Amino acid sequence: MEWETVIGLEVHVQLATTTKIFSGASTAFGAEPNTQACAIDLAMPGTLPVPNEQAFRYAVMFGLAIDAEIGKRSVFERKNYFYPDLPKGYQTTQLESPIVGPGHVEIQLADGSTKSIRIHHAHLEEDAGKSLHEDFHGMSGIDLNRAGTPLIEIVSEPDMRSAEEAVAFARKLHSIVTSLGICDGEMSQGSMRFDVNISVRPKGTEEFGTRTETKNLNSFKFMEDCIALEVERQIDLIEDGGSVIQETRLYNGDTKVARSMRSKEEANDYRYFPCPDLLPVEIDDEFIEAVRQTLPELPDARQQRFVEQYKLSEYDAGILAADSATAHYFESTTEKCGDAKLAANWVMGEVSAHLNAEEKDITSSPVNTDMLAGLIARIKDNTISNKIAKQVFEDMWQGEGDADAIIEAKGLKQMSDTGELEKIVDEVIAANQAMLEDWLASEPDKRKKKMGGFMGPIMKATKGQANPGLVNQILAKKLNSML
Amino acid sequence: MDRSDIAKLAELARIEIADSTVDEVAKSITDVLTLVDQLQAADTDGIAPMAHPLDATQRLRADVVTESNRREDFQALAPAAEQGLYLVPKVID
Amino acid sequence: MHNLTIAELIQGLRNKDFSSVELTRHYLDRIARLDSRYNSYITVTEDIAMAQAKEADERLALGDAPALCGVPIAHKDIFCTNGVRTSCGSKMLDNFIPPYDATVVENYRKAGAVMLGKVNMDEFAMGSSNESSFYGPVKNPWNTNCVPGGSSGGSAAAVAAHLAPASTATDTGGSIRQPASLCGLTGLKPTYGRVSRWGMIAFASSLDQGGPLTRTAEDAAIMLNTMASFDAKDSTCVDQPLEDYTAGLNNSLQGLRIGVPKEYFGEGLEAQTGERVQAAIKEFEKLGAEIKEISLPHTDLSVPAYYVIAPAECSANLSRFDGVRYGYRCEDPKDLNDLYKRSRGEGFGEEVKRRILVGSYALSAGYYDAYYRKAQQVRRLIKQDFVDAFNEVDVIMGPTATSPAFEFGAKSSDPVAMYLEDIYTIATNLAGLPGVSIPCGLVDNKPVGLQLIGNFFAEGKLLNAAHQFQQVTDHHKQTAPDID
Repeated sequence: MEWETVIGLEVHVQLATTTKIFSGASTAFGAEPNTQACAIDLAMPGTLPVPNEQAFRYAVMFGLAIDAEIGKRSVFERKNYFYPDLPKGYQTTQLESPIVGPGHVEIQLADGSTKSIRIHHAHLEEDAGKSLHEDFHGMSGIDLNRAGTPLIEIVSEPDMRSAEEAVAFARKLHSIVTSLGICDGEMSQGSMRFDVNISVRPKGTEEFGTRTETKNLNSFKFMEDCIALEVERQIDLIEDGGSVIQETRLYNGDTKVARSMRSKEEANDYRYFPCPDLLPVEIDDEFIEAVRQTLPELPDARQQRFVEQYKLSEYDAGILAADSATAHYFESTTEKCGDAKLAANWVMGEVSAHLNAEEKDITSSPVNTDMLAGLIARIKDNTISNKIAKQVFEDMWQGEGDADAIIEAKGLKQMSDTGELEKIVDEVIAANQAMLEDWLASEPDKRKKKMGGFMGPIMKATKGQANPGLVNQILAKKLNSML
Repeated sequence: MDRSDIAKLAELARIEIADSTVDEVAKSITDVLTLVDQLQAADTDGIAPMAHPLDATQRLRADVVTESNRREDFQALAPAAEQGLYLVPKVID
Repeated sequence: MHNLTIAELIQGLRNKDFSSVELTRHYLDRIARLDSRYNSYITVTEDIAMAQAKEADERLALGDAPALCGVPIAHKDIFCTNGVRTSCGSKMLDNFIPPYDATVVENYRKAGAVMLGKVNMDEFAMGSSNESSFYGPVKNPWNTNCVPGGSSGGSAAAVAAHLAPASTATDTGGSIRQPASLCGLTGLKPTYGRVSRWGMIAFASSLDQGGPLTRTAEDAAIMLNTMASFDAKDSTCVDQPLEDYTAGLNNSLQGLRIGVPKEYFGEGLEAQTGERVQAAIKEFEKLGAEIKEISLPHTDLSVPAYYVIAPAECSANLSRFDGVRYGYRCEDPKDLNDLYKRSRGEGFGEEVKRRILVGSYALSAGYYDAYYRKAQQVRRLIKQDFVDAFNEVDVIMGPTATSPAFEFGAKSSDPVAMYLEDIYTIATNLAGLPGVSIPCGLVDNKPVGLQLIGNFFAEGKLLNAAHQFQQVTDHHKQTAPDID
C-alpha cells in the first residue's frame, strides 16, 4: 500500500527581548545558574506578574508577517502541572484568546513548486527553566535563568506531507523571525524548538491516522531524520497488523534513537483557567499600525525584489533572500562588483559550502563582501579563470589576504600575452605529432571536440594560468592553417 | 467521590493523603460539591463568565532590566542547593 | 496609652505626651504579659519595633514626621516582611524569611509606623474561625471559649485585646469583616484593586484584598490613607487618584439612601443578632438617612460560586509550595513525586488541602464548564445585583455575620457549616465592592457587627457613614473584659 505522511508543527520561538515576559530580569544567554532568576521568576510567595510590552510588539510583528489577524483582546491562562523547572506549578500561556490568529506561510520546494502552510494561531507564553542531569549525589540541579523567557508558540495546521515540506516550513519560520529581528535564531541555544506531530494514512484517504508528537527538536537535520524514522515506524507498525498509539515521544538526534515518553492516558490534565493575576490585554489599531511601520522587508518580498532587480531565478532568489544576513551579504557583494549573477553563484557556492563545513554564520565569514567582490572583479576582467578563482578563494578563507594580493604573491595572473601563448601552443603541437595527425585526419565536425586534447598539455605548460579563451583562438588558428 | 476519585485528585494536586483519612476526605469533598451543586439551578444562558471584578485591562511594562542578581538571598531559603542550582531528586523525562 | 485610638496616638506623639519608644515598649510589654491568653501573635518583632520607635522619635523631634510616625501596628502574617519570618499560618512556611517587603508593609514603614510583630491567621487565609492556623487557634478576647473569626483572627484579637492599636488584615470572603464583627471592631475591605497585593501571599487572586482592622471608623480612614496606593507591580491594582479618606468623615448623612437587602435577614440569621442590626439601621434614620428594602436575588448563590472560584484559584496559587525553592520539604524523599506529595501533604493543613482538591476538581477535564465556568457566570449575576441596587441606593446595610462568636469546635468538623458563616460577606468579594463592619451591640456579652457595603471606590462614603454612627453611639467603645 502507498502511504501518505501528515505533519503538523508546534514551534517555540524565544523572543529577543531584554527582559522576561513577566519580570524585569535579564534574558541574556549563558549567565551563571539562577543569577537571572528574580523573585517573580522563582515564584516567591506574594510576587505578581506584569507583562512586557516588547513581547507583545514582537508577537504582533510575527502576526503581521504571516498575514494573520491580531488578537485585539488576548487573555493569559494558567496551564497547571508540576515540574521542577516550572516554579509556579503552572505555565502562564494563552489558550482561548491568543495574540495571533490564523495566518499562512508560503514554502518553496526543491522542484520549484510552492505551497501554502496554514498557521492555526500563535500565542505568547513563558519558557520553563532547565533541569541539569549531571549527578549531584543522585540529585538533579535546577537552573531557572530561562524561566519566564518570552516565547511565541506557533501552531501550524497539519498541512505538510513530507519531511521536506516540514523542514522547508521550519526554515521559513526561522527566516521570518530572524528577518523580523524578534528571535536570534540560535537553534543550538534553544532559541527555536520544534514539536512535530506525525501520522500516516493510506494515500487517497481523507481521515487522519493516529498521531504521535515528538517534542523539542532543535535542528532541521534532527527534524528530518526524526520524521523519516517515525514515518517508517508507524508504517511498519500498521503493516504488521498493529496500530499507532497517541503518545508523546522523544528523539535523540545524536544517537538517532526515539522513544516513547508518555501515552495519552498518562497525559496531564492541565486544568487551564484564566490567570486571575493578569487582566485581558487590549491592543488597538494604533498600536498595530505603529508596529506595521517598523516591519523590515520580509523574505518573500525580498525574494521577489531579487528576481526583478537582479534577474535571478526564483529558486536562487529564494535561497539568498531567506535570511537577512545572507541577503545583505549578497547585495553588498553585488553592489561592489557589479555582477549579481556571479555574486549569487559565489554566495550560494563556495561561500555557503565553506560556512557549512565550518558551521559558521555568514556574519562571521572570513571572506567579507569586499574580498569576494574583489575576487569577482578579477574573474570579470580575465585576470584569473574560474578555476584559479576557487584557489584564490580558498587562500582568502585561510586568511592570506585579498584576491589581488594572493594573485600577485602566487603569480596566478592569467597568461594573456598572445606572443608568449603562440610560442607555447607551437611547442605543444610540435611535441604531440600523433595527436596532430589524428586531428588532421578526423571528420570536420569532430575537429572542434578533438582540439580539446591539446588544452591539457597547454594548461600544464602554463601552470593553469593560460587564458582559456585566448588559447582556444590561437590553437584553432594554428591547426586550421595546417589543414 | 470514591476512594479512586480522591486518589486521582491527590495525584493531580500532588498531595499525599494518608490511607486512613481517604474516606473522611472523600466525604468532606462530597459535602462541598453538594453545596456548590446549587449553582446548577441558576439560569446563566447568555451570561458571559466574569474573571475579574473590575472591567480593567492590562498595563504593559517597558522592556528594561529592573532586577539584579540576588541568588544568595534566595538560595539561603532553599531546602537544598549546590553550585547555584536547586537540587531535587533525579528528574526523569 | 493602650486605650487610645490611632487618631489620639498621632496627636499624643506630636504633643510629646509620650514618645514612640514609651508607647512601643508599653505595647511590647502587654504582648509579653497577655498574649498567652489569646495567641494573637506568631512573631513579635521587638528589636525592629524598638529601633523603628527610636527613629520615629528622632523624626518627631525634628518635626519631619510622616503620617503614622511612631504609631505601633501589627501585620497579618500574610504580608511579606523583609528579614522577618512570614508563615501565612502554615507549617509550609514556618521557616520562610522573605528577602522583600509587601507593598503594604513598605507603605507603613515609609509612613513611620512601628511594626510590633506578625499576627496569627487561618492557614493561607482559609477559614472563618482561626482554627486552621499551624500556630494554634486564636482566642476571642470577649470570650476565650469562642473563636475570634477568621481568617484575620490574630489581627482582630490583637486589636480587641489592645495588644496593637490597629492591624493590617486581608479579606477574600469576609476575612476582615467577620472577625471585626466577632471581636467588636471596625474592619474595612476596600474595593478590589485599591490596595496592592504585591507581597501579600495569594489565596484567591481575584478576590483577595488588604484592609485595616481598627477600633474606630476614623482610625480605619487613617490606616487606609497609608495602605492604599497605586502599585505598578500589581497588574490588578487600580491607577486611580488617592483620596484623603478622613476628609469626608464629618459629612452629613442627610438624604443618604440606605438599602436593606431582604435576603440578608433570612432564616440563617440568629434572631438577636438580627435585632441589633435592625436597631443600628434605625439609628441611621435619626441621622437623616432614608431606609428602603432592596433585593439582591442571587445572594443564595454567592457561597456556592465562591467555593468554586476561590478553591480553583487557590489550587493554582498554592502549587508553588512544592518543597523545591523554599518552605517545607519532607524528609528523605524517595523520588520527585514523593518529594511533591509528601512535602505538600505534610506541609499543608486539612482545610488547605481540601480546598486545593476541590479547586483541582472544579478545573479538571470534563468539569470545567459545569463548575468553574458556571461559577464565573453566576459571579456576573451577583455583581449585576449590586450594580442594579446602587442605581437606587448609596449604601447597603445588613448583618456581617449570622451570629456572635461561636465556640471552638462548633463548626470546625463541618466545612460547609463553616463556609456558610461568610454568607453575608462573600458577595462583595465576588463583586469587588468595598465593605466595612462596625460594632452595633452585644448578644450574650459578645459583639455583633453591622455591615455597610458601598459602590466601587466609595470607601470614603462608607467610612463617613460609619463615623457618623460612631459619633452618636458607643458600641465601638465597648471593650472586651479582662484585657487589663
